[in-house]
Amino acid sequence: MRRFALISVPYIWLLALFLVPFLIVIKISLSDTVISIPPYAPTLTFSEGWGGIVAFFKGLDFETFEFLMSDDLYWKAYLSSLKIASIATFMTLLVGYPIAYGMTRAAPEWRPTLLMLVILPFWTSFLIRVYAWMGILGQEGLVNQALLWLGLIDQPLVILNTPTAVYIGIVYTYLPFMILPIYSALEKLDDSLLEAAEDLGCSKLSAFWLVTWPLSRNGIIAGCFLVFIPTLGEFVIPSLLGGSQTLMIGKVLWEEFFSNRDWPVASAVAVILLLILIIPIVLFQRNEQKQREAEG
Amino acid sequence: MRRLSWFNTTALTLGFAFLYLPMIILVIYSFNASKLVTVWAGFSTKWYGELLQNEAFLDAAWVTIRVAVVSSTFATILGTMAAYVLVRSGRFWGRTMFSGMIYAPLVMPEVITGLSLLLLFIGIGLDRGVLTIVLAHTTFSMCYVSVVVSSRLVSFDQSLEEAAQDLGCTPLESFFLVTLPIIAPAVLSGWLLAFTLSLDDLVIASFASGPSSTTLPIKIFSAVRLGVSPEINALSTIMIAIVTIGVVTASIVTKRNAVRQQRDEQMAERAGE
Repeated sequence: MRRFALISVPYIWLLALFLVPFLIVIKISLSDTVISIPPYAPTLTFSEGWGGIVAFFKGLDFETFEFLMSDDLYWKAYLSSLKIASIATFMTLLVGYPIAYGMTRAAPEWRPTLLMLVILPFWTSFLIRVYAWMGILGQEGLVNQALLWLGLIDQPLVILNTPTAVYIGIVYTYLPFMILPIYSALEKLDDSLLEAAEDLGCSKLSAFWLVTWPLSRNGIIAGCFLVFIPTLGEFVIPSLLGGSQTLMIGKVLWEEFFSNRDWPVASAVAVILLLILIIPIVLFQRNEQKQREAEG
Repeated sequence: MRRLSWFNTTALTLGFAFLYLPMIILVIYSFNASKLVTVWAGFSTKWYGELLQNEAFLDAAWVTIRVAVVSSTFATILGTMAAYVLVRSGRFWGRTMFSGMIYAPLVMPEVITGLSLLLLFIGIGLDRGVLTIVLAHTTFSMCYVSVVVSSRLVSFDQSLEEAAQDLGCTPLESFFLVTLPIIAPAVLSGWLLAFTLSLDDLVIASFASGPSSTTLPIKIFSAVRLGVSPEINALSTIMIAIVTIGVVTASIVTKRNAVRQQRDEQMAERAGE
């Protein structure tokens, strides 16, 4: 009885506030847009009995999804989100790997401090970290001031409100997610393996490629997914740094809902985004499980 | 002792400069006397003064703190229960779905979580306000709490609980007297995580809030959309300072505890010899 109560409280909470809301999203994505309150049809009415329920299910169709397919905007937004997320993930890896590597090469007594310095930004407001770049990348921002002062450019570069600013924002905010898993993979690396490789005639660089890189692969994979998955549906970075030039699906969803008040389209956009995300999420879970089994 | 090669030194220096310079610049410019955020016009703390007189920001900050305290407390209770269920309850009907519902919100895009909760609140006719934000934040933070707590519970020696029960404790007593004190650090870090997630959240709060309940991130977002402002720089500096003090204190305390525990263990070993 006590066990039943223990299980049922969090279970019912999650059913009511996670699963049911999601079913509502799917339902509304199959509904039609109408001008009324609520702005979609059909709505489920139990007062009409069985006939009402039948009529409700007959009213559902895939029209909204057909609309999404036919309109360029949505296709382009999904593709551009996938492109931005992939390139940004790769850039984060390029920036994050040397930092993680350097941390494991630092003296042991320094490592906890370095680790804390990586985690600290994670506790700082995401919004503020994105906002910090608005002042740096703007027309009169520090980057342009520095470049003008150095004489490298004649007039300020347009960086803010372009995809470049979005890439910088993503790499900056998600960097700790890339560094931490790679660091924990590299930290377990046995140094004698590298020494053995060098004794057997490897150069430092080829020892890195043949020993260190493959052994840190799990950390790299985990880090890439931890960056890629949240970036795909990102809203704050494209709306503060991307301007109107950057098309990302999280922003499209937001605007469909808040500006256009088109609930069925917003819901359908959400359903397709989730279908796209299922693949990387499943791959990520598999990688984690493989790692756990290898350790356990 | 290995010495750092020039490559590693450069990587670390550039890396940490990249991580910290933007925030340092933000802090410096919050003390700028000029309204123009890009031109330095001397040291001044006037933006902090203006911030303290801006009632809209103070109200929003108060709402945010209340929401964060309440939602992180509920999230900690529910998340600890969920972790206990996941680690200890063995098989039960719908276990796979349960663990799925715990992990899914962690990878769910915020826009989708926000949208779905909003549609639920409208569907059941709940007026949007502080209550709906609390419900929304509790739901997604409890999943983070349960991940943190369950990773601690996995390594917990179950025989301690059994011993307590053999000595006459009820299962509930053994939980509060034996298990909870041992997993307390994990529960506390779960609470802190939930608290920060709630303080930071913009997207889900925007969906779940009504006109009468604006949180600080919503307020900041609508202000910075119009461009950089020295008042927001001042506000950011205060928030960065609080977080930095918190994290540094926490890490010093943990380090001291670890040292003490090590000493205790050594003494116990010596006593055993």
